[in-house]
Formats: sequence, C-alpha cells, structure tokens
Amino acid sequence: MELLLIFIIGLLHAAGIYMLLRRSMFKMIIGLILLGNGVNLLIFLLGRLVKGKPPVIDEASKVFTEIYADPVPQALILTAIVIGFGLQSFAIILIKRVYKVLETDDLDELNSTDEEI
Amino acid sequence: MIFAVISGLISAAILPIFSRFKKDLVPKLYPFIPLGIFIYLASFLQHVVSEGAQFWSYSWIPSFGINLDFRLDGLSLLFGLMITGIGALVFFYTSYYLKEDKYLDRFYGYLSMFMAAMLGLVLSDNLISLFIFWELTSISSFFLIGYKNEDDSSQKSALTALGVTGFGGLVLLAGLIWIGHVGGTFSYTELLNSSEILQNHQSYIWIVILVFVGAFTKSAQFPFHFWLPGAMKAPTPVSTYLHSATMVKAGIYLLARFTPLLGGTDIWNWTLIIVGGFTMLYAAIHSLFRTDLKSILAYSTISALGILVFLLGIGTEDALLGAGIFILTHALYKATLFLITGIIDHETGTREVTSLAGLQKIMKPVALAGYLAALSSAGVPFLLGFISKEVMYEASFHFGSWAILLTAALVITKIILFVAGFWVGIKPFTGSLPEEHKSAKMPSPLLWVPPVLLASLSLIFGALPWLLDGLMQSVFTSMLPEAPEIHLAVWHGFNWILGLSLITLAVGLVLYYTLKPSKKLIENVKTFDRIAPIQLMENIAMSFQGFAEKWTGFFQNGFLRNYVITILLFLTVLAGYRLYDGVDIHLDWNQISQITPSEFLVVILMVTSIIFALVTKTRTGVIVALGIIGLANCLFFLYYSAPDLAMTQFSIDILLVLLFMLVLFQLPKNRSFSTRKIRYRDGLLSLMFGSLIAILALEVFEAPSYSEVSDYYAENAYILAKGKNVVNVILVDFRGIDTMVETVVLVIAAIGVFSLLNLNLNPKSKD
Repeated sequence: MELLLIFIIGLLHAAGIYMLLRRSMFKMIIGLILLGNGVNLLIFLLGRLVKGKPPVIDEASKVFTEIYADPVPQALILTAIVIGFGLQSFAIILIKRVYKVLETDDLDELNSTDEEI
Repeated sequence: MIFAVISGLISAAILPIFSRFKKDLVPKLYPFIPLGIFIYLASFLQHVVSEGAQFWSYSWIPSFGINLDFRLDGLSLLFGLMITGIGALVFFYTSYYLKEDKYLDRFYGYLSMFMAAMLGLVLSDNLISLFIFWELTSISSFFLIGYKNEDDSSQKSALTALGVTGFGGLVLLAGLIWIGHVGGTFSYTELLNSSEILQNHQSYIWIVILVFVGAFTKSAQFPFHFWLPGAMKAPTPVSTYLHSATMVKAGIYLLARFTPLLGGTDIWNWTLIIVGGFTMLYAAIHSLFRTDLKSILAYSTISALGILVFLLGIGTEDALLGAGIFILTHALYKATLFLITGIIDHETGTREVTSLAGLQKIMKPVALAGYLAALSSAGVPFLLGFISKEVMYEASFHFGSWAILLTAALVITKIILFVAGFWVGIKPFTGSLPEEHKSAKMPSPLLWVPPVLLASLSLIFGALPWLLDGLMQSVFTSMLPEAPEIHLAVWHGFNWILGLSLITLAVGLVLYYTLKPSKKLIENVKTFDRIAPIQLMENIAMSFQGFAEKWTGFFQNGFLRNYVITILLFLTVLAGYRLYDGVDIHLDWNQISQITPSEFLVVILMVTSIIFALVTKTRTGVIVALGIIGLANCLFFLYYSAPDLAMTQFSIDILLVLLFMLVLFQLPKNRSFSTRKIRYRDGLLSLMFGSLIAILALEVFEAPSYSEVSDYYAENAYILAKGKNVVNVILVDFRGIDTMVETVVLVIAAIGVFSLLNLNLNPKSKD
C-alpha cells in the first residue's frame, strides 16, 4: 500500500507542478490545490501508516497501552489543510476579481503594474 | 607615531565642523599638519641612520594577527619625508592656487586623508594594515582626481583610476594573505627571516604575480598605465602630489619593500626588467607626441616609473642604489615641473607648449626653477639627476650578457626624457614672449616659492651629494640587508659611463633643437588608439555590462513560471545526480502493508481523477475531479487512523468545491495558451520532479524514524493536559499559541476575501 501511496504522491506533485506552470490563472490554482494535497499525503506517509489505531487514549486508561498512530504529523497536516484552505479561497476570489477588472485569464498579460484601470 | 599617521584622517574628519565656523582658516592652518609631521619624521633621521629601523606597535585585532605596527627604516623614512615635505609645499601652494574655489575646504580634507593613507602605507609593518592604507590611497585619490566633479571627463578619469587601482588592490590583498599564510605571520619584520621559505614554496610564483599586479596597477606600468594620463584632469596640485612623490610611487615602494622578501629570483627580476623596460620606452616615446604640458609630464612620469621598475628588476647593488636615488631625484624635479606647469596655467590660462615662450621675462624665479628641474631631469652634472643617472648606467652596463640591450634602452629613454623635460621646464620660458601672454603677471610667492625650494634641493643634493649619504645608506640597507657602504660623489673619473652620459646630453640637445612639439604628431598616432589598452579596458567594461544585462534578462525575465522552472530544474538535476551517484534503496517488504480491495479502489479513483483533472477541457469537470481527489485523500486518512484529519479534509473539501462552484460562472473560459512544445517541456519537467519526490519519499520512508516528540505528547496528553485525543491536545494545548496564530492567518485571509469581494475600483459602475 505504501508503494501505491508513494506513486500517488509523485503523481500529485507532477500534476500540481504541471498545472502551476500553465498560463491560465485558473489552472494555476488547480495546481496549487493538487500540490497541497500531495504534500499532505507525503507528510502523512512519512509518519508511518498504522491501521485502525487513532491516537486517542482509551476511556479507561491514562496512557496508551498499545501501539498508536503518530499524532505529530496529523497535527501538522490538520494545520496545513486549514491554512491551505485560507490560501486557496483567497486565490480563487483574487482571480475572480482580476478577471472581472482586466478581463483576462492569461498571466502573460498581467505584466504591467502601472496600467490605468 | 600613530598620531602622526592618523592626524591627517582626524583633520579630515573634523574639517566639516571646523570649516562651518572658520572656513577662511582652513587653508591657513592645514598646511602646518604635513609640515609638523615632516619635522617629526626628520627628527628620526639620525636614529634611523645610526641605529637602523625603529618600531612602534599598537594592538588592533590581535586574534587575527592584525596590528598597527609601524616600521621606520630608510625606505619608509625617505617616502615619509617626501610625502610630508612635498605635501606641505603642495598644501601651501594650493592655498593660493585654488583660492577662489568654493570647495577649497573639502579639497584640503581629501588631501589630508590621502596624505595620511600614504603615510600609513609606507610606515606599516603589518601586511594587512598596509593593504588597508593602500586601498585608502585609491579611495582618497578617487576624490582628488574627480575633484572637478561637474566635468564628465573628470568623473570618467576618477572612475578609471579607482577601477584600475582598486582592482590591483584586491589582487594585492590575495597576494598578501597568501604570503601571510605561507610565512605564518603578517608582520613584515618577522617575514624577513622566512624569505627562503617563501621563495621555495610551490605557490611562490602565484604570490609574485599577485603582488606584481598590485604594484603595476598602482605604479601605472604597461598595460595598466592608462589611468595615469587621465588622472591629469585633477587640479595641478593634485597631479603634483599624486604623480611625483606619492600615489604612483606606492607601487615602487611595494616592490622595493618586497625585494629582500621575494626578490632575487629569475621570475622576479626578468618580469620587472621586461615590464619596466617596455613601459619606460613606450611612455617616453608617447610623451613626444603630446603638446599639453601636463600630458607630457604624465607620460614622462610613467616612463620614470618604468625606469624604477626596470632598476628594481636588475636588482644588483648599483641598480637598487640607483632606484633609491632616482626615487628622490624624480620626486624633486617632477614636483617642480608640475608646480611650474600649474603656475603657467594659472597665469596665462593655457598649457599648450606650442604657444608658450619667453615667460622668463615675467616670472624669473619660476623660470629658474624650471631650468633647474629640466637640467636635473636631463642629468646635467651638479644636479641630482646626474648622480642617479650615473648609478643607473653603471647598473645596466654591468648586467651580464644583456648589458648592451638594456643599456641602450635606458639611454634612449633618458634621451627622450631629456627632451620632454626641456619642453616643460625650458621651452615656455625662453625665446620671445608672444603677444597674447604679455598680460601675464608675476605670481604670488605662495606659488613660486615651493618650486624654487624643490629645484634648489635638486641643485644642493646634486652638488654636495655626500649630504645624502646617510639617508641613502639606510634606504639601500632596507632594500638589501647586506648593503656595502656608499659614498655618493659627482666625479667618478673618465670611464664608459661618463661617455654614455655625454652621449645622452648631446643627442638630447640635438633632438631638442630639431624636434618641435606639434599637434600634427598627435594626429599621426591617433590610428593606434583602437588597440590602446584604455580602449580595450573600455570595451571589456562595456561588454561586461552587456553580458550582465543579458544574464539578468535571461534569469530575471519577469515570468514567475520561468523562475519556478529554473528552480525546479536545478533542484531536480542536483538532487537527481546525488541520488544516482550514491544512494541505494533497499525495500524492506515487512514494512509494507497489504492492499485491501477497498483501498485499491480508492487508489484507482484517485489516479483517474488526477488524470481527468489534467486533461478535461471543462471547468466543472476539473472542480469535480478536485473534489473527488480531496475525498479520496479523506478516505486514506480514515483508513490509517486519522479521524480528525478525515473530518477536517471532508469539510474543507466540500467548502472548496462550493466556493469554486459559486464563482464558476464569473470565471473565464478554460482556454489553453501554450503550444504543444511548451506543454511537453512542462510535462517532462513535472514528471521528473514528481519522480524525484517519489524517490525521496521512498528514501525517507526506508530510513529509521525517531519518535521522541510523539512519545512525549502521547504520554503526557492526559497527564498534563487532561485530554484523550492526542492530536487535539497538541493543537489546542501543547502548541496552542501556534494554533491561535494560525487562526489569525485565517482571519486575515477572510478579511482579504471579504474586501476583494467588496472592492470597487470603478466607483461609477456599481457591481
């Protein structure tokens, strides 16, 4: 399973970078989201995969009595997902505005900062 | 001693405050600074002559072996006296010469700074402090040369000078550090004992080359000579000071200083002979093609510097003695000539030698100084020039099998310098006075006393050379530790050397009467300008700039995605090479878990959606694919014990798809801009990067993991924080402040989204 996940991680990164390099801003954001997913999975995988043992302590005991999934990567990813959402939503609204004002989706046409709007 | 060295710097530093209140006092007071130091240094003359070098040491950065150690031996004393003595005269001269100048106070500041730097340079015993003073002379001379800062050509000359000498300084620094590295110390006095080690070291040749580049740039040796004529754009007092006694002699000083340390080898001697010999001839011939007094002087200065380098290259006892005497001779007569040129320029308004004649009727003392200087430069008996010339000829005449060639080169150079000296020192004063200069007046004593003083020194030392015995003996000793005792005398008896002197004088005289300076001559040599070093340097500078523009244009092209491509390509190639070169991956199949059918299904789903997101043409399709990818991610989290992640991912994913859908109708059509070729390129790069990440992931996965941090959190989650969900405890308790800041980031993003939605750039059309 880990090998398949590694394959998916590689694929997500490749797809993310490919989309990031496009001239269309819409595709750029898609690339950003794909990359974010890829990175999350990568961190998750590196915390080692443990099946069916969430890092939650049993009702009865005060410490873990058996093996448990690593909580630190999970905490990191949780943060990353939320922050990523903030970034992505801001970017989506931003290109919406840019398109509305400049009526273009092509990054190469956004090369001047001084233009009269 | 340290106060003497840095008093120039101090006076330059307090000048802006001082001149604000008492501007008129500046030119009256400042000349007494060099005068005071001159007297102070002269008081050591007896000690140095009888006891040898004197030392002062001030701790500076002892941990790096860098100290302000000063060493006053014959060589530094000679230079120190010239710097402060001629300095004092120039300071006095300036107070009248630039009397009307608005920025006279500033000028004195630059001059004091320069004088202090020169003094520090010649007195430094520590190589690093020597370098610092060396660079200070370059910097302060930049201000002096560019003093007329509204003039374009002045600016250009100053920059050229700074560029050439600054470049040489950096090369010199490398050489000095290398010497310190090989010799184990930066102290010159200590290094003197390890000259054998230095000369036999394998990097000796590199050290010598680096030191040579430093000395040649400073002392205007071919092919670095071109900054010197340009530096004539400076006011005449500056030219006097920089080019007779100080700046350009710094390189000579360096070579003389290092002669006992590095000299005596073939590479040392022959490089100096060839470079110096070529420079002295090349520049002497050049001086014949000039009509501007200062230009003639500039080239004859380069030529004289060439002679000095040539003598240091010959390196025999006579040659080193000759160099020592000629340093003084040249300083005396060249400073005089520069000063009278300044006077002529000041009184008649021209420096064109073709239009000047008969001025002796108006300014007798100046003419007298000019005659004496010209005769000293020519080497007429009873002037100092004669003695230095005799010793010089003696040196080259006894230099083994190459003696004839070297002596011939020297004689030719001296003949031409004879003519150049006469043009500057004699021609403007003799003959009949032209109508246009009838109105010229006798200058103030402040102007004419300094040149007369210097010229009479040439005469006194020339007629009574034993006066110099003590000083020259110690100069000689500092260049050649086992120097024999010397007795300077005018008369050496009838021999070949006297014959050569007579030939020089006779041919020079004939040439002076047959060859007249004219503008036509300049035109004839204009065609060679194309291959002149200055032209080459300008071309190099221009093409360097062009190259830099192209380079920047290529990498900083303004397209962010090209930056991304560059970075990724570099990273992939570098890391890829490293992986290829030395990393083996051993898969431990025990670590790999089984694939259940449901997981396999999710994997298929994910791969299909990613590919679908890449190829689909519709925006809705892409968004749906994104949603599926997010949900598949969520399922992975769920399978592998991360319920919190699954929940978060699930809600965020839904929100994101909703947001996309809401703005979808306002978004542009999904168009493709790139050509097929670019897409293939990007595709290839992405695949490379994806593979790199995958391989790295595998690599890290294989490495053993450490879990101290996780264990700590897991064990203490309930005990310390009273929470049973460890992930939650980490976020809200152990790393609570991080989470709070994260919330702030989200709030900022929300404010950004909100304001973007409400932003109205065009108030007239409400949307």
